[in-house]
Amino acid sequence: MSLPIIKVKNLTKKFGSATAVDDISFTVAKGSIFGFLGPNGAGKTTTINILCTLLSPTSGSAIIDGHHCVEESSEVRKKIGIVFQDNTLDKELTAYENLLFHSYLYCVPRAVRRKKIDEALHFVNLHERKDDPVKKFSGGMKRRLEVARSLIHQPKILFLDEPTLGLDPQSRTNLWEFISRLPEEQGVTIFMTTHYMEEAEICGEISIIDKGKIIASGSPDDLKKMVGGDVIYLKTRDNSSSLRDIRTLLHLDAEERGEEIFIQVSGNSDACIPTLISALSGRVVAVRMQRPALNDVFLKLTGKDIRPEFISGNNEIKDAIRSYRRKFDK
Amino acid sequence: MIQADINTIYIVVARELIKFFRDRGRFIATMARPLIWLFLVGGGMSRIVSTAMGIPYIQFIFPGIIGMTILFSSIFSSISVIWDKEFGFMKEMLAAPVSRFSIVVGKALSGTAVSVIQAFMIVLLFPLLGLKLSLIQIMQTIGVSMLLAFCLSSLGILIASFYDSFESFSVIMNFIVMPMFFLSGAMYPVQSLPHVLGIFTKINPFTYGIDALKHTVLPGYVLTTHDFPLGLDIAVISFTSIFFVIIAGNVFERKK
Repeated sequence: MSLPIIKVKNLTKKFGSATAVDDISFTVAKGSIFGFLGPNGAGKTTTINILCTLLSPTSGSAIIDGHHCVEESSEVRKKIGIVFQDNTLDKELTAYENLLFHSYLYCVPRAVRRKKIDEALHFVNLHERKDDPVKKFSGGMKRRLEVARSLIHQPKILFLDEPTLGLDPQSRTNLWEFISRLPEEQGVTIFMTTHYMEEAEICGEISIIDKGKIIASGSPDDLKKMVGGDVIYLKTRDNSSSLRDIRTLLHLDAEERGEEIFIQVSGNSDACIPTLISALSGRVVAVRMQRPALNDVFLKLTGKDIRPEFISGNNEIKDAIRSYRRKFDK
Repeated sequence: MIQADINTIYIVVARELIKFFRDRGRFIATMARPLIWLFLVGGGMSRIVSTAMGIPYIQFIFPGIIGMTILFSSIFSSISVIWDKEFGFMKEMLAAPVSRFSIVVGKALSGTAVSVIQAFMIVLLFPLLGLKLSLIQIMQTIGVSMLLAFCLSSLGILIASFYDSFESFSVIMNFIVMPMFFLSGAMYPVQSLPHVLGIFTKINPFTYGIDALKHTVLPGYVLTTHDFPLGLDIAVISFTSIFFVIIAGNVFERKK
């Protein structure tokens, strides 16, 4: 692991009697994509706001690229780019003007200002639309423009707070594809939050936060191992003889579930499937395999689904209600 | 550091001016108010109000209408701070490595610029009212307008810094802007007000702005229309401007 660029130690933030962030510690390696996962209200945005120097912590410390977030806030601000959860573009201004505003605020030298803005617009594929007012942009375009804006002053760390919130599935996929290229192409470290577990798969390292506490950390694969390995479902011509062979010949944990044989594999199942099929010579009718998802990790750790609303299956409406609530909670 | 502040002030003002010139609807709406007051109220009242002050009523309220243009325009433009909070753009500014103070000054100067442009257009109506203003007088009027606009824009930012949403807008209008306007001598001489209201006029910084505008627009009627010497007017406006800017800067600096 290369040197940590973010070091957080015993960070706590209280709002009155409520503790939003409860004694968390973690480090983020330079050039990595770090994911902060958790349900709404877990303390993700509070942590980001502290790291971005918009909030002061109640106790504990946060150091960004060698600078302390409280005492050296202005040094920290120069090194970071932020894409907030809510849109922060001026919708009346054009894409170009929004970026120009940013380049002045961050003292981008006059000589390279134009060039940087043009590069950023090309990078997010919005160059042809640069003179259009932002209010004419789609949700995905606005997000991309915000990412472009946050890169203009060449930050070392990019903070993305729920960047895909409110986007349709296709723009969501595109945005992730785009974000995953950033560390290599722009040389930034990414710190992102999301409550969509599947989106965290691009992260090198993940911390799962719930009720202000970090309850698990590791790579996506490490975390998935916590809930056990892959699961294989087999359909065979003769379940009872197959079951016996699997247990005695392959020493695998298997049981009959309905018409299928259910096999729990420790770790990766890819190599296991051919072995199974040849061991059961000709008896296999169908095979299907299931990998544990990060959502299962959260389920196992907390006993609840990270997104209870996911069960009811109507995300768009839930998202709309959530953003509506957010507006009025302020 | 200085360069960063200058950059910030420049771009904050530039943004506001770009939006001002782009939004014709807003321009027409803000120009309509003083015109309605001047010609519909002033024109009508001129027929029934006697010219005891030695000048027609429509001429008497002319400095008041210039002041009104500045008052509304300044407060409205600086209240854009609330829009910026509501629509998130304020976060972009607050997260940047710039001082809060330069954001406040930038916002105050943008309010000033927008107001003075509008006030200037109202000033140019003087021939229609039968007034004769010299070039010097016009320049003096613009000078006073700038000072007054800066003062009121700073006040607007100070007010806006306490609010996060637009629901309180009518409260600001009804309890701050309208009383400031009526208790300023813009529409009638404040000497004729009852004592209690007279106290309010004296603590109202806008009163001194109106008084200064009367000095520059109607210099020939000093005894009948004025309450204070011009020097005092300018001093009060300058002092309150600095006061408002510093307080607003501090309120912005607060971290939760």
